[in-house]
Amino acid sequence: MKSLGSIRREFSPWTDPDAKPYIVVDKVTKRFGDFTAVNNLSLGIYEREFFALLGASGCGKSTLLRMLAGFDEPTSGRILLDGQDLRGIPPYKRPVNMMFQSYALFPHMTVEQNIAFGLKQEGMPKPEIEARVADMLKLVKLTQFAKRKPHQLSGGQRQRVALARSVAKRPKVLLLDEPLGALDKKLREETQFELMDLQQNLGLTFVIVTHDQEEAMTMADRIAILDKGEVMQVATPPEIYEAPRSRYVASFVGNINMFEGKVGEKRGDGLAIALPGGPTILSETGGEVPVGSDVAFAIRPEKIAVSSRQPAGGANVLEGEVYDLAYLGDMTVYHVKLAGGQVVKASALNASRISEDPLSWNDKAWISFRPDAGVVLTR
Amino acid sequence: MSGSWTRFNITSIVLGFAFLYLPIVLLVVFSFNESKLVTVWGGFSTKWYGSLFNNKGLMDAAWVTIRVGVISATFATILGTMGALALTRYTRFRGRVLFSGMVFAPLVMPEVITGLSLLLLFVAVGLDRGFMTVTLAHITFTMCFVAVVVQSRLMTFDRSIEEAAMDLGATPVRTFFQVTLPVIAPAIVSGWMLAFTLSLDDLVIASFTSGPGATTLPMKIYSQVRLGVTPEINAACTLLIGIVALGVIAASLVNKRREVQRVRDEQAAQRG
Repeated sequence: MKSLGSIRREFSPWTDPDAKPYIVVDKVTKRFGDFTAVNNLSLGIYEREFFALLGASGCGKSTLLRMLAGFDEPTSGRILLDGQDLRGIPPYKRPVNMMFQSYALFPHMTVEQNIAFGLKQEGMPKPEIEARVADMLKLVKLTQFAKRKPHQLSGGQRQRVALARSVAKRPKVLLLDEPLGALDKKLREETQFELMDLQQNLGLTFVIVTHDQEEAMTMADRIAILDKGEVMQVATPPEIYEAPRSRYVASFVGNINMFEGKVGEKRGDGLAIALPGGPTILSETGGEVPVGSDVAFAIRPEKIAVSSRQPAGGANVLEGEVYDLAYLGDMTVYHVKLAGGQVVKASALNASRISEDPLSWNDKAWISFRPDAGVVLTR
Repeated sequence: MSGSWTRFNITSIVLGFAFLYLPIVLLVVFSFNESKLVTVWGGFSTKWYGSLFNNKGLMDAAWVTIRVGVISATFATILGTMGALALTRYTRFRGRVLFSGMVFAPLVMPEVITGLSLLLLFVAVGLDRGFMTVTLAHITFTMCFVAVVVQSRLMTFDRSIEEAAMDLGATPVRTFFQVTLPVIAPAIVSGWMLAFTLSLDDLVIASFTSGPGATTLPMKIYSQVRLGVTPEINAACTLLIGIVALGVIAASLVNKRREVQRVRDEQAAQRG
């Protein structure tokens, strides 16, 4: 079986034509004065999905989240939750809860009181509240800190209180606004897996906003990449990485080399791309693109091989010299300057301790890649 | 900056403190004077404090002042807090600049003008001058001080905790009483204390707006002083100074301790 990347779990309702999305964002536009934060955006999020909204700051991802929570109303368009139109429903009546970037803990309440706050608003009987709070404290491993105030906690502990408080009401959907943004790197990585476990154990739908592509790739079932208030692509992390549909998505996630050229001729399902200055690249995909159009052949650095000798077999071999290199321990990144002046990044895994084919600055080098290793982009 | 005690430093500190506190020290010292003549030292005595409590005029005035202070500070705090909320929360209504300017104008308005205009108003609407008019006048002029104090707190208020409360199911009213109010409470309390203190020592506006039976302590002291300063007045003033000083010291000690505790807690939390 062939697949793009590894599969985290058997969960893919979006491939099922009968499955109905749980949250439907339907042609939503949000304007603040002259500024359009979200522009005619449509999305579907499925029940129990871990969905990430990924984009640079100002792309509209937080605005979309705030509209889901009810803090902002769309200028036009609809948001449906489980078939119900959310327009006009205030935040305190929506079955969604949000975890805030700043955590927004109530400074005058203890950890316990913070977690119990939402349950009290519901009018839940006191013994049940106590039991639920105790459960939540156990879940986030803060039982011994129950009587502390937020300022007596470390950043990671505060983050977990905020999480416990937002899931205490068992919302249908949990919205997370940059939930790990304030944590240091090591803690962030640990917490990512904790969040994933929690989401699966509680069976909740998570919608997370982040600008950190690694975070989105690690945690999400699907990622929506936003730019200027519009969706660029919605896909699983391997699809986003291996089959981006536009130059923006390709360069937003990870490193990539773009060979800009014109379609020379069709070759079955694939095509040949003429680069400026002579060389031709063969691609196994992109056969639907008409001859003569401007395209980019996008290929990730780890899919390009670098060698000091000219490899046998003629296709997709380009000559250049090592312009720069960075040794990162687990791998080495070569910057190879081609004859046409373009600098190509190629990374080689340092699988053995001793290199058979050491390359150094200004060495002559050949780069090569398979015709199926990249994608043809028209947008 | 060497931080050493140069002669210049010492001189300026001594002069500065003398300038600020010498009159007050004199007043306090002479309140313990045995002699009836204010400026002639006749030995130590606390008899003026005793006679002060038997001086019905002064005690009545003190009681009026306290009632006016408490009532006006309370209303001024409510109104000032509402004004501050309106100014920080609804930032886009028409005439906001004008409104905020008008709220803060009384801060710099000469008291004589405030007092006179209030007097004209009370006469125009036919309100008899007395306890109520002084109280109303004090509400008017202390309200803007409360608004300033509360507004500066609201400027740094993290709105997301209100959103979090609503997100967790609290209606806007419950959010206000369960989250907003408790968090800004310290600013409201200091606003109240400021309003009370201002009301306590106001002479000018009270003189314009007060009537028979509603003489405040500053008015009483002032009128008695015109007949000659008695050691009794010195004693009354010393008590006032003592009360204010105690209040200020207590408030700052509480703040200081809370701050120290906070820093200690945060350091402990960071250590894990």
